[in-house]
Formats: sequence, C-alpha cells, structure tokens
Amino acid sequence: MSLLDRVRALLGDDAVEIAGGADAVPRVAPASPDAVALLLGTAREEGWRVRLEGAGTWLPADAPADLALTTRRLDRVPAVEPQDLSATAEAGIGCDLLRQQLADRGTWLALDPPGLAGRTLGSVVATATAGPLRHGFGAVRDHILGVTFVTGDGRLVQSGGRVVKNVAGYDLTKLEAGGFGAFGVIVLVHLRLRALPRADQTFVLAGTREDLTQVAEDVAAAGLQPAALELMSPALARRDGWALAVRLAGSAALVAAEEAGLRGASGGRFTALRAEEAHGFWMRAAESFATRPITFRTGGLPDSSDELLDLLQHQVGDEWVSASPGVGAIRWAGDTTVDRLRRLRRTLAGLEVPLTLERAPWPIRSAVGHFGAYREGVGPLVAGLRRTFDPGEAFVVAVEGSD
Amino acid sequence: MITPGLVEALTGIAGARHVRTAPAERLTYARDGLPTHRRVPAVVVLPGSRDELVAVVRLLAAHHVPFVPRGAGTGLSGGALADGAAVLLVLTRLNRILSLDPGNRLAVVEPGVVNVRLSAAAAAHGLHYAPDPSSQTACTIGGNVAENAGGPHCLKYGVTAQHVLALEVVLADGRIVELGSPGGEPWGPDVVGLFVGSEGNFGIATRIAVRLLPLPRAVRTLLAAFASLRAAGEAVSAVIASGIVPAALEMMDQSCIRAVEDSVYAAGYPRDAAAVLLVELDGHSDEAVAADTETVQELLSSHDAASIRVAADAGERERLWQGRKKAFGAMGRLSRDLVVQDAVVPRSALPDVLETIGRIAATYQVTVSNVFHAGDGNLHPNISFDARVPGLRTRVDAASTAIMEACVAVGGTITGEHGVGLDKLRYMPLIFDAESLAAMRAVRRVWDPEERVNPGKVVPVHACREWTGVRSVEWGVRSVASRDAPADSALRTPHSALDT
Repeated sequence: MSLLDRVRALLGDDAVEIAGGADAVPRVAPASPDAVALLLGTAREEGWRVRLEGAGTWLPADAPADLALTTRRLDRVPAVEPQDLSATAEAGIGCDLLRQQLADRGTWLALDPPGLAGRTLGSVVATATAGPLRHGFGAVRDHILGVTFVTGDGRLVQSGGRVVKNVAGYDLTKLEAGGFGAFGVIVLVHLRLRALPRADQTFVLAGTREDLTQVAEDVAAAGLQPAALELMSPALARRDGWALAVRLAGSAALVAAEEAGLRGASGGRFTALRAEEAHGFWMRAAESFATRPITFRTGGLPDSSDELLDLLQHQVGDEWVSASPGVGAIRWAGDTTVDRLRRLRRTLAGLEVPLTLERAPWPIRSAVGHFGAYREGVGPLVAGLRRTFDPGEAFVVAVEGSD
Repeated sequence: MITPGLVEALTGIAGARHVRTAPAERLTYARDGLPTHRRVPAVVVLPGSRDELVAVVRLLAAHHVPFVPRGAGTGLSGGALADGAAVLLVLTRLNRILSLDPGNRLAVVEPGVVNVRLSAAAAAHGLHYAPDPSSQTACTIGGNVAENAGGPHCLKYGVTAQHVLALEVVLADGRIVELGSPGGEPWGPDVVGLFVGSEGNFGIATRIAVRLLPLPRAVRTLLAAFASLRAAGEAVSAVIASGIVPAALEMMDQSCIRAVEDSVYAAGYPRDAAAVLLVELDGHSDEAVAADTETVQELLSSHDAASIRVAADAGERERLWQGRKKAFGAMGRLSRDLVVQDAVVPRSALPDVLETIGRIAATYQVTVSNVFHAGDGNLHPNISFDARVPGLRTRVDAASTAIMEACVAVGGTITGEHGVGLDKLRYMPLIFDAESLAAMRAVRRVWDPEERVNPGKVVPVHACREWTGVRSVEWGVRSVASRDAPADSALRTPHSALDT
C-alpha cells in the first residue's frame, strides 16, 4: 500500500492534498489531535519523514520529507474565559482570527509576532517569535499555560494546564515553546490573556540611531513601563531615519500617566499616531519580516544592544532590524550567506549572546541550524530530549545545523 | 550503598563539621515545612563551596548513591526529604550574591542565598527580586528555582520561572552544564524553563542568574471585609476581569483572620468578617495607581464589601502584610497538626469552590482555614487537626482528597507553587494521563538516567505508561477512548499524604 493510500485509510480522503508544497510533497491535514497522533504513530512504523507546517506563511515549506503535516484544520477555539482571562485554542488557528475572537469577548493575547496576520498560533509558539510587546508582557512562553502535543511516534502528551499558576510536574510546555517542532507537534494551547486595554497609544520619534538609543535609555531611566519600546531601522519603520516607537497600553489613567512621563523624558519630541495609523505601523513592521528570505533573533543584555546593532551592521547589514533595547532582544531580516551567519553566530557566542535562526530557506536552515552549537554540556541533553520525543527521527527540523 | 568509607570520603571534601551522621543531627532534617512527612536521611552534608558541592556529587555518582538537594527546608510538599538510603545535600552555605548588575537589572547568586536578602541587596539600586514566597525571610533562591516558587506579588510579576535567565547546573553524574543566557534568550530549546520547577530531579543549580525589577514608586494597599466567602470570591473575579492587574490580591477567611488576630502578628483584621481581601496596587505613577485604586474600591463596594480600609502609610501596609505572610505560623496555634493544600482553580470558580470546601469540611468534621492567592485562583485550604485523636487522620486524608478532586473537577490543578514532592504524588494521575506522566519520567531520565537525584518525588512511577521499548500492536489503531483512559487511580495507590 502506498504512503498516500495508508494516510487516506487512516484519516480519510479529505485529509490529503496531493499537490502539496512547491516540491510536491503530499500535504496531510489531520482534523483532530488524535488524527495527528494516529498519523505520526504510523509514520514511526513506516519510517516516514515528516515536516511540520502551519498556514505556510512563515517557515518556507521546503524541508525534504515524505509528507507535510499541516495543522491548519486544527483551527477551533474551544474556550474563551473572560472572567478567568484564559483561552484554549487549537494550534492551527490563524492569529488574526484568534485575535478577533478574543476581542469579541473583551480579551487580548499580548503577543505581536512577526509575519503575516494569518500565521498560526502553533507556529508562533513553536518558534517562540515574540514581537515588540515582549518589552512589556514577556516572551511567548509567558503567555502559555499549557499545551498538548504529539510526539514523533504518535503519543499525545499534555503539559501544564489551563489555570494561571501551576507547578504540577515538569514544565514540558517550556520545551515545546521555541522547540521548532523538534520535540513534538503542538496541537492545543492554553493561553493566558489580558483584558483588552482600555487605552492603547503609539508614539514614534524619528532620528539617528545614536540619538534614539539615548532617548530609549532616558525612557527606561524615567521608570516608564511601556508595552513596547522598539528601535526600528528606516526601512522597517518606513521612515527617513531610524524610529523609536513606544506603545502604551492599559487603563486610561495608566496610559495618561505614562504619556506624561514619556513627554518629560523625551522633551516632548514624540509624535502620537492615530489608532489606525498605529495599527498599520505595527502590522507593516511585523509583515516586513516575512518578506525577507532570512530572519533571526539575538538576545543580549540590555546595555549591549547598541554594540550588537553595530556588529550586525558590520557583518550582515542593518536594513531590516528591530530591537527592544529594554530587554536586549534584536530581530534581523534580510539575505546573507551560510558563512556569514556562522561567523556572526561565533562572534556573538563569544559575547554570551545566542543567535536563533527563525526562518530561512532549507539549504541555509540545514547548514546553520535554528540554534547551532549549544553552551557547555547542553548538546547531550538536547539530543536526549529529541530521542525521547522523536525516537524515529520523523520530524525534519534543522535544530543544530551541520556546522 | 552508603558505607563508612563513603562517609569518610565526604568528610574529606566538606570537613567533619559539615558531614552529619549522628541520629540527633540527622533528625533535624527529617521534615520540611510540611509536618506530615518524615524521612531521616542517612547522612547530611553541607558543602561550603561550589567546588565542594561538585566534588560531593561526583563522589556520590561514582558510588551510585542517591541524594537530595535541600535549601532552607521551608518547602511544603515533603520535597526536600531524604530517606535512609540517600544523602541530604544542604546548600545553605552556598550563600553568596556573586554579582549584581543594576544597569542590566541582573543578579547572579548561589543557590543558598535567602530570597529576601537578594531583594535587600537590590533595593540599594532601586530594584527588587519579585517572587516573594511567604517564607521569603528564610527560603533560598535555589529552593525557589527547584519549586518554581510563587508568592503574593507573582499575580502581577510572575512566578520564579519568569525571572530566571540562566543557570549553571551540576547533573547527577557530576557534569556541569550551562543553561540559558544572561539576556534571557534560551540558547537552544528552553531548558532553563524546563529545569525551573523540576523539584531537584534534574540536578542542582549552582549559579542562578535572575532578573531584577524596578521598585514601584507608588503603592496602595487595601483591606476589604466581606460578609460571605462567595461575595469575596465574586469580587476577586470582578477585579481580574476589569483589566486592572493588582500587584497582589489575597484572601483570608474568618478562621484564618481570627488565628492571625489571636497571634503576635495581629494586623487589625476585622474578626467578624467572613473573609477579607488584601489588595495591593503599584506602579510608576502615583496618579495612575490612585486612579486604579479608586476603580478597585468601586468594584469591591459594588460586590458588597462591608468595609474598605486603605493603608495610610508604609507602617500600616507592613502590618497588613505581616498578618498575611505569617498566617501559616499563626494557624500553628490552632492545633497540633496541620495539612497545607495548594490547589489552583479558574478564578471564576472561586465562589463555588470555596463553598464546596466548606461542605467538605462539614462532611468530614474537620477544621479548614483558607488563606490564599485569590488573584491567581491559588487556594491554600489548611486542615488543622490533632493526629493523636483516633480516626481523625483518616478523615483529614479523605477531606484533603475530596478538596483536591473538587478543584480538579472545575479545571484546576493540584499545586500552584508548593510542588508535588511526596505530598501530591498520589494526586498526579488526577490531572495527567499515563502517557503524559511517562513523558515526564522519560525527560527526567535524560537528565538523570539512574533517577538518583531526589528519588521518589514528582512523578508516580507506578502510574506511568511504558515509554521506551516495543510499541504494543494495537497502538496505531487505538481509539480515542482508550487514549484518554485515566491512569491507575491515584486513590488506589498505597501512598498516603499523611506519611509519617
């Protein structure tokens, strides 16, 4: 029996899309977590190699595989609980649709990941791609209360729960958030929400990078706690110069107080954006990352941001760069070579700064790896965890690369 | 096996003063903060430095001897107990703050640093370490990492996992690994996040890099009294749903209020109230905090608060908090023995669950006091009893189980911040199926293949489905029903929570 016949027998005709991706790998869209488990259990028995896909808008669908497993039919939102500020959503739901459903109930997931609006929730969680809101609301993992995932040999595993505080058992959720699918396919996510902010305002200041870096420091020194404090390259901000964007979100009183503080810290130089302008500003910046072939992020100490930006400018250019100086995170997009990426990663490692390759064509991903080399002693642990959750090496994920 | 030769070698590393073998000395370490479990360790070692600790771990690895890391022993799950086959490694002498970098809001500490000491050191720079367990004047950062400790102010600022950036860890076999990065980007999969809360099963954190936060410039603290637990619970839901995130939102019931007021920690709580809420709001701006305080006051009033008192100054605020933080101690006066629970429920379920707990207490004729992190839905029902009364211990055990089941039934979990340890092992199958428990055990074996570090804790091995080995023939076509079948019932296991 052929692979497709097996899959059809397991999941039904409508789960298979023969035309698949650009390389004609058959795409399979299971309609339930159990169907995902059934498919991967069979993949293990048959030795199939599986690549994971969401909506296909972020990571290129180009990893060599026997079949592509897409989560896009796992698109239900079983629960939104405004009184608890929590929700449960399947991994294949698009972030835009999820955001709308949450807003309808007065709630908000304080994540603004890079990429197109329809990126799946599973993709954002699996790649841990937080956006500028990381400054005020934390990394992706801080928004996840629990997940259900399926291992490479078809085991359905729950981790965490749906309450906001939980230390029962080991926190496998942390392994799945940012694991790039190497430790399982996330099928269900329990989310920590916030109430939709009563006030939400964005302010932008254009100038030289040096000047704006100083302003960002002044804002931090003033004790302000914005939702986002983002330094963006001219192309990304669609401005003539660099831009420092500040987003204030919360109660009307909080935003008013922070705005006054911001004006004080900057000498009143920021320009307030109207609501629709602000929406467009942040959305265009997020989408711009999906228009470049390669995206990576680095995480340094806050006071190293300027130095790291210099380093990026020198080694790979800085046309498409967004930095959160308050938390030391930088995201870069553009085009470069394997050799340059490797050299940059080595230089950064010397500064105790990791470089995580978020997206790139397969030849670059497979050579450089999402993570590259680890710190002392971590490699065997990661290898052991991969064997645990994918004993047959079913998932085609370029975790370390070939360097 | 722990031989005289091994003890001699341990003494060679840590010094005779710091290797305890006499029964009276070992008895000191037979319990943690939860008095219902008792284990007497074979040997107690107190290493004086990281190098000594690593040498001890390597020695124990060479002899395949189990060991249990322990901080100040304030845990509430029986998690830091070692039995007669294991060595207890007490880390309180590794108590240096190695660096404090105000510019980057970063501190690196040894595991034995006492929680409140770090905040005191950071305060000089206008910073603090946010997780604040009630035991913070004694508990250690290493223990906080192991348990993923919480505290009242974690409602706004997050639990320990959100504040740990990087770790140096000595594994069971003595290898040293460096996890995470000082900036907080995981540097690979998030093994820091995985390690935090692993209750010592994955190794010992020897250096811990934590994030510090600015001290709030404006703080307001309110005490609201209610005539019923339900009204107080509904007020909590209203505050949470309003979008205002208080720094802390704590609840105490009448039994707890009276215990505090009868103790040296008396804070002026209204003795006739069925419940009080302690609400703290903080932030950068006085105006914003004042406006949020006003909104919260209106919400509390509209949910039938009988009275609302605003702390007039720092002294009054401190008194209000001292009563809350010392409530466990105050309840020690109620009776000889105490069981402390740590369940979490969805916040909207609080009113119903509190009433259910009241009914359970009546059914089993036990005294239950509630003092808890209401804003997180993190309940701490405490059952006071005298274990010498015939039959009472059985009733307490049954009431504990009934409370846990009631919390799980509304979508809750069995522990929010105390950890599983020994105490909640039997409840794990209430919330995790056999496959998920097996996954946890398999992960533990990646870090510690011999399962020697803190053995017998967290994962009930009997309830795990087999993880490695040949798959069963029927696996590929198992039905949904069979996949969802519960693990062996926790309630059928021989282990008792009251395991003395």
